[in-house]
Amino acid sequence: MMATTTGPTLLEATGINVVYEPARGVHIWSVRDVNLTLRPGEFVGLVGESGCGKSTLGFALTRLLAPPAKLQSGQILFDGTDISLLSGEDLRRQRRGGFAIVLQSGMNALNPVRTIAHHFGDILRAHERGREESSKHEVRRRGIELLGKVHLDESVLNRYPHELSGGMRQRVSIALALALEPRMIVFDEPTTALDVIAQKAVMRTIKELQRENGFTAILISHDLGIVLEATDRVIVMYAGEVVEDQPSRALGSGLHHPYTEALLRCYADPRADEIHLGGIPGTPPDLSLSLAGCPFAPRCPLAEDICRREDPPLTPLGDGLAACHVRAREASSGPEDIATVRQPQTPFTPDTADSTEVSHGQ
Amino acid sequence: MASDPTEKQPPTVVTQRTDAPRVRRSVVPALAVAHATKIYKARGQGRGATVTAVDDVSFTIEPGAAIGLVGASGSGKSTLAKLITASERPTSGTIRFGDIEVDRLRSGGRRAYHRRVQMVFQDPYGALNPLHTVEYTVMRPCQNILGMSAREASRRVHELLETVGLNPAAQYASKLPHQLSGGQRQRVVVARALACDPDVIVADEPVSMLDVSLRAGVLSLLGRLRDERGLSLLYITHDLLSARVVTDQILVLNGGRVVESGVTKQVLQHPQDEYTKRLLDAVATPFPTNRSSIAA
Repeated sequence: MMATTTGPTLLEATGINVVYEPARGVHIWSVRDVNLTLRPGEFVGLVGESGCGKSTLGFALTRLLAPPAKLQSGQILFDGTDISLLSGEDLRRQRRGGFAIVLQSGMNALNPVRTIAHHFGDILRAHERGREESSKHEVRRRGIELLGKVHLDESVLNRYPHELSGGMRQRVSIALALALEPRMIVFDEPTTALDVIAQKAVMRTIKELQRENGFTAILISHDLGIVLEATDRVIVMYAGEVVEDQPSRALGSGLHHPYTEALLRCYADPRADEIHLGGIPGTPPDLSLSLAGCPFAPRCPLAEDICRREDPPLTPLGDGLAACHVRAREASSGPEDIATVRQPQTPFTPDTADSTEVSHGQ
Repeated sequence: MASDPTEKQPPTVVTQRTDAPRVRRSVVPALAVAHATKIYKARGQGRGATVTAVDDVSFTIEPGAAIGLVGASGSGKSTLAKLITASERPTSGTIRFGDIEVDRLRSGGRRAYHRRVQMVFQDPYGALNPLHTVEYTVMRPCQNILGMSAREASRRVHELLETVGLNPAAQYASKLPHQLSGGQRQRVVVARALACDPDVIVADEPVSMLDVSLRAGVLSLLGRLRDERGLSLLYITHDLLSARVVTDQILVLNGGRVVESGVTKQVLQHPQDEYTKRLLDAVATPFPTNRSSIAA
């Protein structure tokens, strides 16, 4: 790990807005006014349903947005440098020792007609500091070293992506992301395509690397279970906005944003005596429109008039922040009031598309 | 015959039972897999190298039963599904559905068999032709397998869409796949599988590509279809939670072999085999009591 002179914050993003602007068709405001501060060595999870802007935000923070996506406004201070306006050589120089991304599917992120060794050579040459660094011998040496970090054998260097299992490909992607010794790595759904056993093994490796190398990690996933097991802090996104920001250990107990609570109800322990598996009725809002009020209000069991009128700001809740009018009012009033609203009887409509609850127990 | 799909739908919460479903079909045979083995030639590992994907597996799906096949990638679950749906033939062993010898079917017989046994695929994004409307997709089996006229088929499509919870049907029928959410697409795939009124549905990871918020809906749909139509279900997954919710019995597969089987709740609460324990330990749940495994 290279020596760094980072202060208490590594990344400070303010007022991030990302819009997809296709030549024809409607514009989609995918990330809306997001503020985010990350400390060095922090492990942060970014969760939410598909299409809530988590990956888009991850791409914006690593400056990988490509047309039709555009960072419409916002400032991204990475270690004191505003990277939101950098381009070309200046941006490339920031990546070395700066930030990297691990993409969702190792298969799609690797070139199918090139060996793994070629991938390492590609990255090291593109960001070479000295001639000798990109020599064939040196690339192999670095490749073996990096593969070792993700528990892969050096024989993998001579293989093609299709010869590797899903878990191995994902490990190769992680090794590639480590190649330039970044201080921040975004993991975009790193285990989604893997089965449970491989999933757990890959997450263990990520956690281990993060602890050893001390990089800041952002784990993007729709699986709250995985995120809570691995991270220190969880950010819940809905409709392009951050709706909750909590320490991971606090999530699952106490009051939360109704969306976070609904997500938690989608999980159960398969060993439990009784299983109640919830769904979230309805679908996320159309992001081509500007939204009046809280974006979750149409699906929210607690929604009141004010929720449909005003978009709630992030305010303190428990050990973190949440954007909810109802919860904010409860947090500022006495605990007796909380007891009365604590367990909403969710008025789920019976078995219309994508809503319902399954329960099982004997 | 199956219940009228337009009848009132039951309440939301589906509590699973072990007794036989309400609607029993007159003569639905059991699907019996006996000593099925599938050996593939392995490439790139020298001549004569082989991979045994399924190794001497036997089980029976009684009418109306829901059986789960669980295991990690490469455990042989999907190969078994291919054998059962007659997409592949076993190297040895037999698969029987009543007097149909599934392992010997040829094209004509296979078509007749597919009227009784249908498949729901993992990826609702890949299983639907993006250029065809929902109505067209669901109509094809009605016309091709049941020989319905376009008019009859169209009416049936509307009934099927309502059965799978796509209400109002008329609104969904004219849509293209990209206009639907993942959960809605998977419902269309289920509607297509139901079109020829099958006795058995083989569902290979039907919810693994869906958001967690949509899974409960599709799972409860499968449970409801089983209750109302007396369908039997073969549910293939690595997700033990969904297996627990949909099935009464499970078979745990590892390296093509059945390492453990029994009543789902029992197997998950008191696993005997090491591999089953590993699968259970790998499940990530967001509840603090069980959180630790990765962080440890």
